[in-house]
Amino acid sequence: MGRRALRKADDRLGYASIARTALGKIFPDHWSFMLGEIALYSFLILVVTGVYLTFFFEASSALRPYTGSYAPLHGREASGAFASTVELSWDIRGGLLIRQAHHWAAHIFIGSIVLHLCRIFFTGMFRKPRELNWVIGVALLALGIFNAFAGYSLPDDLLSGTGLHIFYSTVEAVPIVGSWLTFLIFGGEFPGRFIIERLYPLHIFVLPAVIAMLITAHMGILIRQKHSHFPGPGRRDSNVVGSRVWPAYALRSLALLCAVTAVTFLAGGLAQINPVWVWGDFRSSTILSPSVADWYIAWVEGALRLFPPIELHLLGFTVPNQFWPAVLLPGLTFAALWAWPWIDRRITGDRGTHHLTGRPREEPMRVAIGVAALTFYGVLLIASGEELLVEWSRWPIGTIRAILRTAVLSLPFLTGAIAWWIARRLRDTGAEGALSLSASQLLVSHVARQTAEPTAVEDGAVTVTEVDAVSDLEKASAGRPLTEEPAWIGPTPEEEG
Amino acid sequence: MSSRGSASAPVVCFALGTLSAIGFAVSYGFDLSTPYLGLTSGLAFAFIALGLALWASSIDKAEPEYVEEREVGPTPSSEFEAFHRALTTSPIPRARLLWSMLGVSFGAVGLAALFPLRSLFPNPGGSPDKLLATTAWHKGRLMTTEEGIYIRPDDLETGSVMTAFPEGYDTRIAEAATLLIRVQPDELVLPPSRQDWVVDGIVAYSKLCTHAGCPVGLYAQESHLLLCPCHHSIFDVLRGAQPVEGPAAHPLPQLPLGVSENGFLMAEGDFSGPVGAAWWGYES
Repeated sequence: MGRRALRKADDRLGYASIARTALGKIFPDHWSFMLGEIALYSFLILVVTGVYLTFFFEASSALRPYTGSYAPLHGREASGAFASTVELSWDIRGGLLIRQAHHWAAHIFIGSIVLHLCRIFFTGMFRKPRELNWVIGVALLALGIFNAFAGYSLPDDLLSGTGLHIFYSTVEAVPIVGSWLTFLIFGGEFPGRFIIERLYPLHIFVLPAVIAMLITAHMGILIRQKHSHFPGPGRRDSNVVGSRVWPAYALRSLALLCAVTAVTFLAGGLAQINPVWVWGDFRSSTILSPSVADWYIAWVEGALRLFPPIELHLLGFTVPNQFWPAVLLPGLTFAALWAWPWIDRRITGDRGTHHLTGRPREEPMRVAIGVAALTFYGVLLIASGEELLVEWSRWPIGTIRAILRTAVLSLPFLTGAIAWWIARRLRDTGAEGALSLSASQLLVSHVARQTAEPTAVEDGAVTVTEVDAVSDLEKASAGRPLTEEPAWIGPTPEEEG
Repeated sequence: MSSRGSASAPVVCFALGTLSAIGFAVSYGFDLSTPYLGLTSGLAFAFIALGLALWASSIDKAEPEYVEEREVGPTPSSEFEAFHRALTTSPIPRARLLWSMLGVSFGAVGLAALFPLRSLFPNPGGSPDKLLATTAWHKGRLMTTEEGIYIRPDDLETGSVMTAFPEGYDTRIAEAATLLIRVQPDELVLPPSRQDWVVDGIVAYSKLCTHAGCPVGLYAQESHLLLCPCHHSIFDVLRGAQPVEGPAAHPLPQLPLGVSENGFLMAEGDFSGPVGAAWWGYES
């Protein structure tokens, strides 16, 4: 960029010193630190592609004739939402690409948040001082799922309309106020007359704005606390080792943005997703078979299918069946996620401040709970595709359901116990990973602890120098090369004791 | 790798990215199909991403790792106290009362702002529990198909099924959707009170699953079972649509059927219970 222009701007803003510091900020390098960035970039793609879609989409439940070129719908009266979705897919040049890219980006957004959450969970980086960012991250997951569901419902097609009906029945099952809440949202008995009109501003403005604000807070806290890093030579809780923002990290991150965009658009152009003209427009008395939900919501669908037919009548109230799998389970899931930093503190007794990521093996119980939870939701996800199992096995639906019910209650204990065992063996043997554990290492319990070290620095001198002057902001935050030998030699650094 | 060498691969990538971008513009211009648009735009970003990654990796090779100190732990307590004093010291007395009253007034404004939410409810309003408990069916209301054609009992052959709505009804509203199923009359096992709810072996049940409200869209003619594709609840048509498998906990409500003077099917009243999923105020 022109030096003169930079100079002129500095005359007015006096930013050079702050910008110099920012360029020298250090980000640690690890592939798993990119998961959150993928979520961020897919959000950007969602905003850009979404804005384009709003130019062509009509958020209207009112019926009008379909006027596009898709022959099977000629002359059909459908809602403006459905008709305009098919028209923008078939008759707007590039419309289908953008619509499909938008849908794929939503999958990538939620998928990368889930993987990011798993990384944070298993490395213990929700611990002090990052509890607040964990809470914000879980809120982003919840908002992401809700907004994806809202967007999925907007085309007013037969598949998403059925999903909306299940959502309607779910809101009805909210204790005591369910029927009022349902009418508040839908404006009447299903499907009401305005649900598309109400979901639209939520989907394109309110929820994205909240998501954007929370992302801003999430990253502000990240910058303030500085990114955590994996243990290694010279890496301590009191420093951060990695690349400078400029140019190495910035180029790498820009590469990631382009890579995520590339995947999104390749998928959007080559892989068909949600062809609503095949499903047809929504009619409340009609249904597709099979009707399978998108994966990020399908675990609730799986739970709805597996929960036994129980309807309680208590104190003049009916506790509807769908309350347990569709209201209580998601409620408890997110409550447990939000409370996890404090639950973990009770289990491990660890109240210390951490900036070095833990290795999963250091807390076998946490690994066990995490693996058990993933198994539980995994089985629910499989249950949401029951019909595929029926087709494949030729067993009756009742048999498949009995197997899945057994699996969802027993498998988590099994996988959790296995994970706990392996984590303990890894911790005690110091083996590189689960695959490098020999059979005897799985059995022998007293092997000297020896941790394989990530090789981060090639040459070495004596010790890590102490901070010259922490108060000198510029010097302290503009990184300097790490050329010294680690302060400790041998086992995993234990900063908090 | 020489400095010239480390630059050449990214340059090639960026050039390919540029070509792909031109390819996208050309594809758009010639109105090529979506796969071409996706391939060209995707490849443009993919090549640029690759070039950037190679560029970044050559910088990584050339540079050492950097270290930056991180302030750990709380602010020194004297500084924190100074901050807290600055925040809480008031130049005028009775600040606590002022803050409390300001809080109360903001709370009142917040609560008052909830009142317009009332406008989101149906108009005219009424208790949702009552609206949910009833449907548009009533005694004497004629039945039509979705296209609005009246239905005679003979329109249904034994073993066949049809979806019916009240005459003049907005078929986009789910609640009144009714399944007409014709079976051999002597196979039906209904409660004594419902013996005259059947016309020539035609029984009428709500089409909305009592589990989560999906249309019970599949009928197995041989076994007389209705199946909901959403969560696979199964109902027995011959026995009052009792649930026999899956998560549904109560039967599909039944509609009393009759025949009008002109020989068309009509309702003899509303359903035997609320349609669709149960809720906390549900009474069967």
